[in-house]
Amino acid sequence: MLDGMNRPLSIVLWGLVSLLAAGATAVVAMHRSEPINALWLVVAATCCYALGYRFYSKFIAAKILALDSLRATPAERLENGRDFLVTNKWVVFGHHFAAIAGPGPLVGPVLASQFGYLPGTLWVLAGAVFAGCVQDFVILLFSVRRDGKSLTEMAKEETGAVGGIVAYAAVIAILIILLAVVALVVVNALKDSPWGTFTIAMTIPIALFMGLYLRSIRPGKVLEVSVLGFILVLLAIWGGQWVSQSSALAPVFTLRAQTLAISIIVYAFAASAVPVWLLLAPRDYLSTFVKLGTIGLLGIGIVAVHPTLHMPALSRFVDGSGPVFAGKIFPFAFITIACGAISGFHSLISSGTTPKLIARETETRMVGYGAMMAESAVAVMAIVAACVLQPGVYFAINSPAGIVGQTAAAATATISNWGFPVTADEMQALAHAVGEQTLFNRTGGAPAFAVGMAHIFSQSLGGGTVMALWYHFAVMFEALFILTILDAGTRVARFMIQDALGHIYKPLGRTSWYPSILFTSALIVAAWGYFLWQGVKDPLGGINSLWPLFGIANQLLATVALCVATTIIIKMHRARYAAVTLVPLIWLVAVTFTASWHKIFDPNPRVGFLAQAQALAHGPVTSATARLIFNNRLDALVTALLLLMVTLVLFESARQWIGVLSGRKEARVKESPFVMTRLAEERA
Amino acid sequence: MTRAKEFIRILKDTLREIFDEAAYSRFLERTHMDSSPAAYAAFWRERESKAPKPRCC
Repeated sequence: MLDGMNRPLSIVLWGLVSLLAAGATAVVAMHRSEPINALWLVVAATCCYALGYRFYSKFIAAKILALDSLRATPAERLENGRDFLVTNKWVVFGHHFAAIAGPGPLVGPVLASQFGYLPGTLWVLAGAVFAGCVQDFVILLFSVRRDGKSLTEMAKEETGAVGGIVAYAAVIAILIILLAVVALVVVNALKDSPWGTFTIAMTIPIALFMGLYLRSIRPGKVLEVSVLGFILVLLAIWGGQWVSQSSALAPVFTLRAQTLAISIIVYAFAASAVPVWLLLAPRDYLSTFVKLGTIGLLGIGIVAVHPTLHMPALSRFVDGSGPVFAGKIFPFAFITIACGAISGFHSLISSGTTPKLIARETETRMVGYGAMMAESAVAVMAIVAACVLQPGVYFAINSPAGIVGQTAAAATATISNWGFPVTADEMQALAHAVGEQTLFNRTGGAPAFAVGMAHIFSQSLGGGTVMALWYHFAVMFEALFILTILDAGTRVARFMIQDALGHIYKPLGRTSWYPSILFTSALIVAAWGYFLWQGVKDPLGGINSLWPLFGIANQLLATVALCVATTIIIKMHRARYAAVTLVPLIWLVAVTFTASWHKIFDPNPRVGFLAQAQALAHGPVTSATARLIFNNRLDALVTALLLLMVTLVLFESARQWIGVLSGRKEARVKESPFVMTRLAEERA
Repeated sequence: MTRAKEFIRILKDTLREIFDEAAYSRFLERTHMDSSPAAYAAFWRERESKAPKPRCC
């Protein structure tokens, strides 16, 4: 809208936005002595996003990508009413945002808040504006110019076969580790919580009911049945309170972490093998419905309540001794927060369904760059939710028993000694207020986020008396779409494995052949189930080893995406602007390499896998020691393999860049030929 | 008023697209079928042959 304003007014307005951005960011960055209001974060984020979108994305669109509104997109040229379809840009925006927004931007920032609110906030803002949004935008446009090709296909065509194979392997690796880590988040949120477990268990029959309703009673009326499902879920949350107080039912739903892990593994296998319409699709509808509503509500809640952040700007744990996960602020803050700043996984969606819906090239800016900004805003909300908690409470919830001690007294004493006072009575009162038996050692980020969200919601709606309902609503909200990711992720990985196995034995490639379905589903579930089990049995809480692995794998995929983007930009004869993708790429390589090195070789047993294996070997021997040693060595091997893949794809890409820049290689991009759009004539 | 109506229309279209209602309508149009349990089953048979939409972390 401001583009159309007269120039002096536009200059004044954008000048004011710039001043506001600088002022608010300075307050967030410089304030040290006393708590600050969350609105400073909101103002800083809003202004930074506005500036990034107005100026940086416009620069990329005009100078590098040269978006052409006259060039027909694949949605127009290949329109078939199924995958390829000309769609309104706002509809595509909503569709794309619903696909990229998951638990990552909520969990990562909560975990990284152990460093204080400042590192996470700065990384989320700078990372999104200069890296994440850029990646999503350019990959979306490049896919649009290649008939909606996937990242793996583009990597193969533009950087060579190695790039394609690495991209494929990275997708499988990231899916396995992602599924394990999100499953662990659910386990930690639901263990010993009859209320939460009952609510989530109820979503299975609710989803089945929705599936059958859609199939037999009101075919295709998804919005209608989603509203119905949402009401049933609210009833399940309300009923959960009654279950948790029932002497007969509470023990049935009070499950240990191991039992929950086994239940989730069995559930995911079943969900992967049954028809999509019966369980996966209705659960996906339900979780999307809840997700969009809750994110909107949380945004309104933060602005309405504008709570005070009690967490310091920088905590003492920037030195790497943090209880939530071990490791220094660099590189670990930057792999802990992936979604919200830059996430390689987004490049799969930017080169998946979205490019097939875009009506005009110029709309890729709003959809690619804009939707990622919206996701980044969700990450800012998560930082606010975590940092409104008293630091002592935050650390009591997020610290594993292996670090702070097994009893409430030991944990509160340890945390208070760190300079974050908290008492056992205070924690007991909080647990009682949210309807839990205990909130100690609830690692994984989800419970802390739920407590923070309940704190914000209860201040604006209903007061302290409904805090328990808000807490369990928040837990349900997170667990619901994590389970959707488990269902969908297992199925996506299954299709990829079937595709690969089809080259070895043809029937295995048939996605409807039941022996193949069962075999490949079991293979995928066993792979992530192994890592989940390892996380559940880990005395350090599992998150300490699995979340960094997930972060490294996710950033590896972003590295592949940025390598592909840089290669294409150089081949487009825009090498002088290649820094736009090259700088984020160099940053990610620095982060990924350093993090991987630390995770493998750091002498601190809490950080380095090999050091931990060695410490275990020299410590007291228990029945689990041999397995723990093996797990740590396996994690080191997986990290090394990820590192090797980054090296390979970098080497291959650099070879292409040098070849093209030195004139030894022809700078030929594999774009679809230009076809003039008919939409322009229709509009005229 | 017109802007409010336009906003509501786009919101409805977005939700219909996210929740696959629009895809089902297009399927019915393409196959010249009326909405029924059989048509919905056919719609899902077609969809199940493809990998599901990925959901990000």
